[in-house]
Amino acid sequence: MATTEVERRRGQLAALSIAAVVIIVGVPLWWRTTETYRAWLPVSQIKELAKLQLHLSADVEVVFARGTVTPEQQKKVPLTQTQNMEHRVDEDTALSYRYETRYRTATIMEEDALNQPTAAEADLSLHTLSESPSGSLVVYVIPESSSLLPQNVDVYIGQRRTALLRIGSQMRVGKTLEQLLAHMEPRIKQVLHVMSFSHTDITAALSNRVRISPGNKESIADSMRAFKSSPGYEITFSLLNPDPKSHRLHWDIEGAVETYIQPLLTKLSPVANFSIDSQTLYYAMLGVNPRFDSSRSTYTLNADSLAHVINPVEARLGSNAASSNPVLNFLLYIPDAHHSPLYIHDHKKQQVPTNAFHSPRWGGIMVYNVNEFYEVDTVFPVDINIDMAKVMGVFLAQLRLLLGVQSSTPPPGFLVAPCGNAGLADWELDRLMWSRSVENIATATTTITSLAQLLDQIGNIVINDNIAQQVSSAVTSLQLAVSELEAGNLGFALQYSKEAILSSERAFFDPSLLHLLYFPDDQKFAIYIPLFLPMCVPILLSLLKIVSEARQKHREKKPKKD
Amino acid sequence: MKIHHFLSLFSTYFLVDGVNIEDRAGQFFSSGHTNNWAVLVCTSRFWFNYRHVANTLSVYRSVKRLGIPDSHIVLMLADDMACNHRNPKPATVFSHKNMELNVYGDDVEVDYRGYEVTVENFLRILTGRLPPSTPRSKRLLSDDRSNILIYLTGHGGNGFLKFQDSEEISNVELADAFEQMWQKRRYNELLFIIDTCQGASMYERFYSPNLMALASSQVGEDSLSHQPDLAIGVHLMDRYTFYLLEFLEDIHPASKTNMNDLFKVCPKSQCVSTPGHRTDLFLRDPGSVLITDFFGSVRKVELTMETINLTDPIEQLESAESGELQKEMHTYADQLPVSEIIHQKPKQKDWHPPDGFILGLWTLILLVFFQTYGVKHLKHIF
Repeated sequence: MATTEVERRRGQLAALSIAAVVIIVGVPLWWRTTETYRAWLPVSQIKELAKLQLHLSADVEVVFARGTVTPEQQKKVPLTQTQNMEHRVDEDTALSYRYETRYRTATIMEEDALNQPTAAEADLSLHTLSESPSGSLVVYVIPESSSLLPQNVDVYIGQRRTALLRIGSQMRVGKTLEQLLAHMEPRIKQVLHVMSFSHTDITAALSNRVRISPGNKESIADSMRAFKSSPGYEITFSLLNPDPKSHRLHWDIEGAVETYIQPLLTKLSPVANFSIDSQTLYYAMLGVNPRFDSSRSTYTLNADSLAHVINPVEARLGSNAASSNPVLNFLLYIPDAHHSPLYIHDHKKQQVPTNAFHSPRWGGIMVYNVNEFYEVDTVFPVDINIDMAKVMGVFLAQLRLLLGVQSSTPPPGFLVAPCGNAGLADWELDRLMWSRSVENIATATTTITSLAQLLDQIGNIVINDNIAQQVSSAVTSLQLAVSELEAGNLGFALQYSKEAILSSERAFFDPSLLHLLYFPDDQKFAIYIPLFLPMCVPILLSLLKIVSEARQKHREKKPKKD
Repeated sequence: MKIHHFLSLFSTYFLVDGVNIEDRAGQFFSSGHTNNWAVLVCTSRFWFNYRHVANTLSVYRSVKRLGIPDSHIVLMLADDMACNHRNPKPATVFSHKNMELNVYGDDVEVDYRGYEVTVENFLRILTGRLPPSTPRSKRLLSDDRSNILIYLTGHGGNGFLKFQDSEEISNVELADAFEQMWQKRRYNELLFIIDTCQGASMYERFYSPNLMALASSQVGEDSLSHQPDLAIGVHLMDRYTFYLLEFLEDIHPASKTNMNDLFKVCPKSQCVSTPGHRTDLFLRDPGSVLITDFFGSVRKVELTMETINLTDPIEQLESAESGELQKEMHTYADQLPVSEIIHQKPKQKDWHPPDGFILGLWTLILLVFFQTYGVKHLKHIF
């Protein structure tokens, strides 16, 4: 009797100890050997960034020249005003704009500068006096009697960050400073709209994050035309010579790029890197046959047939195989001798003065006629030197459009100075930097939040240390970029936003994040059941037996106690 | 003669121009894309799967003819039929019997060939997670204004597509890949065409916006091949793609045919299987979507109205020939860092239990048990 009892006890002990080993040693061992390595990600900070709150601030300085303020008004100036505007774009994105306006009177040197004969010279001498930091504006208020601006123009926007505003005489405006400021306010708002960030630009820059239905056709075309923000671009200039037997073309592309294009690209260097190359293609025809217009005895290309010109040529253009940057192609087409001169006509059958067209997010094509350089009966081939200034003028204008330097029509009464040799005014650069910073921040936050969501959803992906590090540095850069934008330091904000984009893209597109292991639940069961079920069944049954025996004993004991 | 030619051209242009320009301007803004991409994949190997390669090449041919350049097409062919030893006409792949149409052509650019066509590479192309050394021609460099056409063909089943006879891609993985593309805004609109057995199961799980899908057969149906060529000895094309090719041959870059016509391609009487399509995730009405929005590449064009007046003369660059020739030290980039490799420590491999571990463990447990207690004590446990 005792031996069976002892053996039964031994059996129970064996079953219990096997169960204990399985649970204490086996389960953790299985868990450790089947888990994937996932480095820690700053998930809470990423969730905070998902709710994007952007504060943009611009400093505006309004300088009153002599004759615009009365002495009693002058006592109240200098003063500072702050304007705040809040916009809620959607549930996750909010924008707030802040304009800090400082009013002061002009210094003597500025008065001298404003006494120059023309507005352009005044602008130049004002610039030599002081350089405004990027993102800020200075508006000089000049009296009605001033002769700087022509009759119908009230505002002159210079090449740097200054604007000249002409106000009405004091009689009409009013006595107090408040009335004067109220009179000027709509004009200053218009100036800010043109020279600094505007709500439409910023919301267009957020298009990656928020699908906004655009208002009118012009804004759709604007958003489609410019390239998306990218750390680098490649520009290729191609000379297409379909008729080498007649024309021997010479173009000084290196000199032209150095003189005309490079200043613009140097100015744009905070925004992106550019690499330029050039090539010449022989026997490259346009894919469309031009029509002969007998009234003008020229060949014409209709605006509607231009869409089919690009495809046959693109196959021969080639690109730099080493980089994945977007490519801007600028083609210069010299028509062959039998189809010269060739002009592009718009929808109203008028000749396009530039004789060029561009395709959104691709590049531009210019047709350059050379038939006036030689007589009909000269000996072919003829040497022709291409006038690069004219060609680069058109290409520069196209480049500005493709890079997103919007030149929307200014309000009536405005005169905008031509952009000068660099091809870009300082305030245009500021506008570009604002929209690029916002676009970069929006894209980087979307990338990071969707990456975090993806890694959270799919438990099987391994998260390496380098990815976690990239994510952390992207989060840090984003936080810095948002705070710099709020402080108004445009240069730093753009730089941090670029770093954020680079880190977030590197983290998102890391080749190790490919999730190939999709296991539906029935496959998981099919793998584990043959391994664990046969082992678990005897253990479970013996445990159940132990429990039922213990309960029985307890029940037997109970009546004895009573 | 020439004047007559020009006059007739002139008159046709006049008629075409008469069609409202407003309409064309409206279409400029209705499609919202600026470039087109195509990813064409053939997933099966072996000579008897000739028809899958011919399918893919015929779509490639149409897409190129309608304007998409090679730089924007990613062509993946799992096997080489044109130079296969069993091909009686080398360097050709025919789509019609009696060798009427050679779809291999003169300038085919295959980006992924042979064993490079794997599920992993396909998903890497779609999601963009390629190693940094991948050249441009093997990448899908699309942006948020790209319309992408994806064409898959091969052997498939309910919820999967077989790659290279050894692995498969499931419809869930495909849907997840498209969702990741959407998160990164790697497409504007996507057209997905699949020609396999039970092809409709592959688009059942899509959940990202702006996807339109067509399949050659419903779940439970087989896609059948079209016709064999007795000289080559294999079936040349699948039915659905055969009629698709016939339909596309009538399309030219300026045509206005829309998607509703594409849905009617290959009805049950011709195809034996029932082609299916899915448009609920697509934002635009399929009747307003042109075939050339996906199969062709019609560029948007704007006239340049401004020019910048440049007045500086070109500076003459100082030529280096004035002094002695500057010799630059060029170093060859180290392609294979041998010294790093031979001194590298072996990579830490994950520890796996030795083979037969589980079996051995059991045997041990059972042996110990029976040795201790004897076989007759089994009844205490069970």
